[in-house]
Amino acid sequence: MSEEGKGPFRNTQHLLRMAGIFAVGILMFVVARAVLVPEGFGKYGHYRAPAIDDNAAKPLSFAGRAACAECHADVVEARAASKHARIGCEACHGALSKHAADPTKAKATKPVAATLCPVCHELNVARPKTIKQVNSAEHSGGEGCDSCHAPHAPEL
Amino acid sequence: MSDSPTDKNRREFLSTSVRYLLLTAVAAESWDYLVAGTPEAAPSYHAVKHWWAMAIDIEECIGCGNCVRACKTENNVPLDPWFFRTWVERYHVKNGEHPDVDSPNGGYDGFPEIYPADDGAKSFFVPKLCNHCAHSPCVQVCPVGATFESPDGVVLVDTSYCLGCRYCVQACPYGCRFINPKTMTVDKCSLCYHRITKGLTTACCETCPTGARMLGDLKNPKDPIHAFLRDHKIQVLKPQMATGSKAYYNGLDGSVR
Repeated sequence: MSEEGKGPFRNTQHLLRMAGIFAVGILMFVVARAVLVPEGFGKYGHYRAPAIDDNAAKPLSFAGRAACAECHADVVEARAASKHARIGCEACHGALSKHAADPTKAKATKPVAATLCPVCHELNVARPKTIKQVNSAEHSGGEGCDSCHAPHAPEL
Repeated sequence: MSDSPTDKNRREFLSTSVRYLLLTAVAAESWDYLVAGTPEAAPSYHAVKHWWAMAIDIEECIGCGNCVRACKTENNVPLDPWFFRTWVERYHVKNGEHPDVDSPNGGYDGFPEIYPADDGAKSFFVPKLCNHCAHSPCVQVCPVGATFESPDGVVLVDTSYCLGCRYCVQACPYGCRFINPKTMTVDKCSLCYHRITKGLTTACCETCPTGARMLGDLKNPKDPIHAFLRDHKIQVLKPQMATGSKAYYNGLDGSVR
């Protein structure tokens, strides 16, 4: 065999054995890597690329004011000239993506003006002076704000 | 002229090459849309064409807490008063004194008045959320790559990969992360990634009555955020941390931490 051979290749068997061990090691590494590293890891950076899609796939709660305007154009018109025009519908009416998807199933509830309006308009020293503020107890004596002010266009 | 390709003249060779090059380019560009099958399934959002940021105008914030409530609804944040993806702080600063800061239930129930009207202090609200840093400390410490800066500039969490080791919770200089008690993985503002990729704004911006929060796409030259950043004196939180924060504040007082 090679042990009796001459020249640089006289110890081929040792080399072949080493090569075999290396080959098995590399194969184990490749298999382990394929099993352990999740799909898409490292595509954009040191993270799982499909995690971006996972984050994007979460369900919505707020439909957005554009969805409201599709059916409620009359309210958009009523608010157009008012200071409240820039407020999103769901800021007062709550999250209504279910209602936007199927108006017959999920109904919007009318907010209670006496408790809703003070959330923004109650006197508070930290509140910027640019927004109208009242002491609601003195201002209306507990009566609903909407008995004088129309919520969609509150200017009197 | 023979049929052998080597015998073709230069003009013919160039025109064929250009034709094939163009066809390859068109095929590469349309591949994703063709593979999708239907127009509805075709990709409409390209992350590399966006770079999201948040502009916050402290002078417009009225402390109503709409953003806090909307965020908890939209993102299923636990209602306990110590889990927040966004919250609002009230600052009360008397000249030369240490500022009084409070945030009752993160501003979820608004801010009941606790200060007298004329004590000579300045008082204002500061909305806070993840700053979506471009060089984020929380991303750097994650040992498994479960949190990352997305190609469109949003710091996201891979909840299926997070170990819940809490390194990132400690690394965030802005206190924007918490461990969700239901999943035991880290939770944080995702800049409503499920909304902004569909062309909607974030839940907090959607419900902010004064426009104190403004989601902006810095890669869109027509986005009003450019005018906002140009027309106001802008500061980020803790600029000395060099986090590349993308929450841009107007009217940020030096007392704010």
